Amino acid sequence: MSAKKTLTTLIMALALITVGTLVAAADMPEQVSLDTMVKYFDGVEFDHAMHADLGEDCSTCHHHTTGTGTTDERCISCHAESEEVADVSCRSCHVTEPFSAEQIKQVASNVYLFHIDKPGLKAAYHWNCVSCHEQMDGPTGCQDCHSRTPEGDAFYHEDATSSSVAEATGHE
Amino acid sequence: MSGISRRRFLAASVAGCAATTLAGPRKALASGTFSGYPDSMGVLVDLTRCVGCRSCEAACNKEQKLPAPDRPFDDMSVFDETFHDGKEKRRPDENAYTVVNRYNPEGGAPVYRKVQCNHCNEPACLSSCFVNAYTKTPEGAVIYNGNVCVGCRTCMVACPFHVPAYSYSSALDPVIKKCIFCYDTRLKNGRPPACVEICPQEALTFGKRKDLIKIGHQRIETHPGRYVNHLYGEEELGGTSWMYLAPVTFDQVGFDPKPGNEPIINNVKDFLGTVPMVLAIWPAMFTGFHLLAKKQKGHDDHEHDTEKQHGDDGGEQ
Repeated sequence: MSAKKTLTTLIMALALITVGTLVAAADMPEQVSLDTMVKYFDGVEFDHAMHADLGEDCSTCHHHTTGTGTTDERCISCHAESEEVADVSCRSCHVTEPFSAEQIKQVASNVYLFHIDKPGLKAAYHWNCVSCHEQMDGPTGCQDCHSRTPEGDAFYHEDATSSSVAEATGHE
Repeated sequence: MSGISRRRFLAASVAGCAATTLAGPRKALASGTFSGYPDSMGVLVDLTRCVGCRSCEAACNKEQKLPAPDRPFDDMSVFDETFHDGKEKRRPDENAYTVVNRYNPEGGAPVYRKVQCNHCNEPACLSSCFVNAYTKTPEGAVIYNGNVCVGCRTCMVACPFHVPAYSYSSALDPVIKKCIFCYDTRLKNGRPPACVEICPQEALTFGKRKDLIKIGHQRIETHPGRYVNHLYGEEELGGTSWMYLAPVTFDQVGFDPKPGNEPIINNVKDFLGTVPMVLAIWPAMFTGFHLLAKKQKGHDDHEHDTEKQHGDDGGEQ
């Protein structure tokens, strides 16, 4: 009798966990396109599901915004009890143009703002990805994650001409 | 007029002159000291974030319409270039207003350092320029007017950071070339310079200089293990608009570790402060002496001779 009860409880618990995971999975994107700043490099098709499996918990990347708490001692004093926010995407907090006149003015005008040194979106991506990839032996080269566009090829690898021009004009 | 009164007059003149000489330069120094425009902008360069991708060099090249480089910007072998028997690394020149160099501090990961004009609060180039080609703008940039530059290259000698370069390649109109903080195309419109915008690591933070000082110290406080406790450029040489944070002592990454906190101009301010005083007071004073001496010669020749014979006071021989 008691064995039967235990089994039922176990099955129910399992069912609950499965449902919970399914709900969370439905909320969580499998794939995220990081393509808001494509110019010299293509965007990144980020395998969110794979990285979510690797990460210890959501806060590793999402700080305190997913409502799962934070372990960073610098954040805990304010964000130990922080709730899940409506939009947990990187770009909802990290702006694409952190040094625009409007952004600088906005930061300066908010005297109660603690995060006066918050990185822009490009730096947030690179810091988060590269620092972890270094530890986990992931790819760290620029084109390992996003390939260079033709515009980027021209920008970084324009044909070196100045020396040949100097030779052509007889300039020593 | 007796001899005593004349002696008194001379003594008083000398004392007055001495007082003016001593007080003069100090007053001139006080009136001429400039600690920067209050709302000037700057850039905080964080060497712990730089990965040496050279994107800033490429962005500068395009923004300033400089000639294509000898080696492309994705060629990292430039970090191995050295000059003067390996003592010097790359420096900005007429074709590159900024360069990134790699340093290998002992027992640590390589550190990359971006070099460009630091846009001093009291620029030595500006104070050395006798045609007044340089301007420190209220936005913080040190810009120059190539049309009035006569190519004397005094600013190259004056600059404590060896930044201004010379267009030696131009036979007919050689002028000084250096980083202008993207003033014409960006800064004066409130936009960050091209190098800041391109940086993938946000190793360059653009903002008001006074805010950057706050941010710099906050970073050191938050990550004491990551930085040495010094914000280079906050005080150095009277302060610079571009400031640096580093993971190792600054001498290990090519900085002059102790350039002093006085602006370069202070080396000559005392002397220069006396020049107007000399020009204004000495002609009047010596004309006065001359007239007095001439007058005395005409009327009191006898008394003067008598006094000289007694010679008990050698004060006015």
